[in-house]
Amino acid sequence: MDYSKILNNKIQGLKPSGIRRFFDIANEMDHVISLSIGEPDFTTPWHVRQEGIESLRRGKTWYSPNKGFVELRGQISNYFARRFDVEYSPDTEILVTVGGSEAIDLCIRTIIDNGDEVLVPQPSFVCYEPMTIMAGGNPVIIRTRSENGFRLTAQELEEAITPKTKLLILPFPNNPTGAVMRKEHLEEIAKVIEKHNLIVLSDEIYGELTYGKERHVSFASIKGMRERTVVVSGFSKSYAMTGWRLGYALGPEPIISQMTKLHQYAIMSAPTTAQYAAIEALKHGDSDIERMREEYDIRRRLIVDGFCKMGLQCFEPEGAFYVFPSIKISGMTSEQFCEELIYAQHVAIVPGTAFGECGEGFARVSYSYSLNHIQEALIRIQRFLEEKKY
Amino acid sequence: MDKLLELLNQNAEFTIEQLAVMLGESEKDVKSQIEEYKKKGIIKGTKTLINWDKVPKSGVRAIIELKVTPKPETGFDDIAKIVMSYENVENVYLAASSRYDLIALVNGNTIQEIAEFVSKRLSTLDSVIGTATNFVLTTYKQGGKIFLDDGEEDEQRSMVL
Repeated sequence: MDYSKILNNKIQGLKPSGIRRFFDIANEMDHVISLSIGEPDFTTPWHVRQEGIESLRRGKTWYSPNKGFVELRGQISNYFARRFDVEYSPDTEILVTVGGSEAIDLCIRTIIDNGDEVLVPQPSFVCYEPMTIMAGGNPVIIRTRSENGFRLTAQELEEAITPKTKLLILPFPNNPTGAVMRKEHLEEIAKVIEKHNLIVLSDEIYGELTYGKERHVSFASIKGMRERTVVVSGFSKSYAMTGWRLGYALGPEPIISQMTKLHQYAIMSAPTTAQYAAIEALKHGDSDIERMREEYDIRRRLIVDGFCKMGLQCFEPEGAFYVFPSIKISGMTSEQFCEELIYAQHVAIVPGTAFGECGEGFARVSYSYSLNHIQEALIRIQRFLEEKKY
Repeated sequence: MDKLLELLNQNAEFTIEQLAVMLGESEKDVKSQIEEYKKKGIIKGTKTLINWDKVPKSGVRAIIELKVTPKPETGFDDIAKIVMSYENVENVYLAASSRYDLIALVNGNTIQEIAEFVSKRLSTLDSVIGTATNFVLTTYKQGGKIFLDDGEEDEQRSMVL
């Protein structure tokens, strides 16, 4: 049977994630030291896990309301006001989703009509492009540059806008570069957004993980932007809750209500157990965030220093838990470099091209690992470079 | 808590250079800070964390509880000093408890040896009015490290972006 004739054309046209093949190599190899994973190495704080367990013990095993439990939405509202200074109504402006990923998908499908253009700064997380295509939109890639600290500039944005542009994805703090946008950078972007009457999907899933004196600034807190922004965030990165699959979208009621409609048909409601745990996380978890953030910061310093000493140029990341060193010194492509490294020294890092073609010449290295693990990986990478005489 | 101490508590093998990088301070500052901690008696030494359960014929350990009558002048200190001067006593703590006052971790070659040590050396001390001996069967966690091997892999995270 010729399945290509029955399968949807758009989905057949999607490139499979280039990284799969590389992961297959890593998974089959013994004694691999990996610095490739994009999730916290911490387990969910025990008091949060306990609330999840307790909810099961009490038999709380039913669906939740479509939008998520009222108490959870209330806590999300408090949290976002407390940490990022933007107020959202728990009744009409918050939707609890299955991870931040679902919120991204819902938002794109809710905004985009056939032929609309979606601006996607890259390098960035892998999902924006395929989700845009599946929604009938056309992704337009904006290449961010290491000389700008991988930030999106107003000029780059302005140059990419056409009469068909409808939505900008703003993925900061950024996976894979670790770039952050400060208030002044966001204000420059906001002027362009206002001028061209665009909507912004601000993916702030790493919003709690910024280092240095200035905390993350939510795009919705920039003057005039709240009414044209959907903020996506969740519990995975800040509370080490990836496996619980819980995220949320915050935005103006007319957008959130349409997203809720879609969510209601496609998903019904986010996992109940996870929602009970998340309520506890928001109520009593601020110190957990702080503890993990401090630990990441220590690892970040160690790894950036390690790469600099090896002669791999490394822009100092200020957010998330990734560094994005340049491997151009090797003369190899990102994929070649990562493949040789894994074969020679059994260290797995991710080719920059997994996050867009403009990631060529870079590799993503996660520091969501213990200090000992990071040290061992650095020694091996150093050995690799010495043997190859770079 | 002090981040430098926290790191040293995690792993005493970090070099000054690594500590300086991780803390974002100069090597000179880290070095002098460590010197000061040593001088003040905050850093008391460095030793290796050993899971004795895995070492054949490594003997037995017991946690001994001591109920003590404190001395008018020196309180519990005098008796604690006597208890801690035995080489086979590894740790001694003063506890806030209604059952006992001092807790001592004691090493021995055999159960009999420890039992004898308690009955002959500790119970006979003037101010000791009662003891309880708890033999350690398994060390699950010590010094912040999990000792128990229950077959669970450390690295179970799947490869995802």
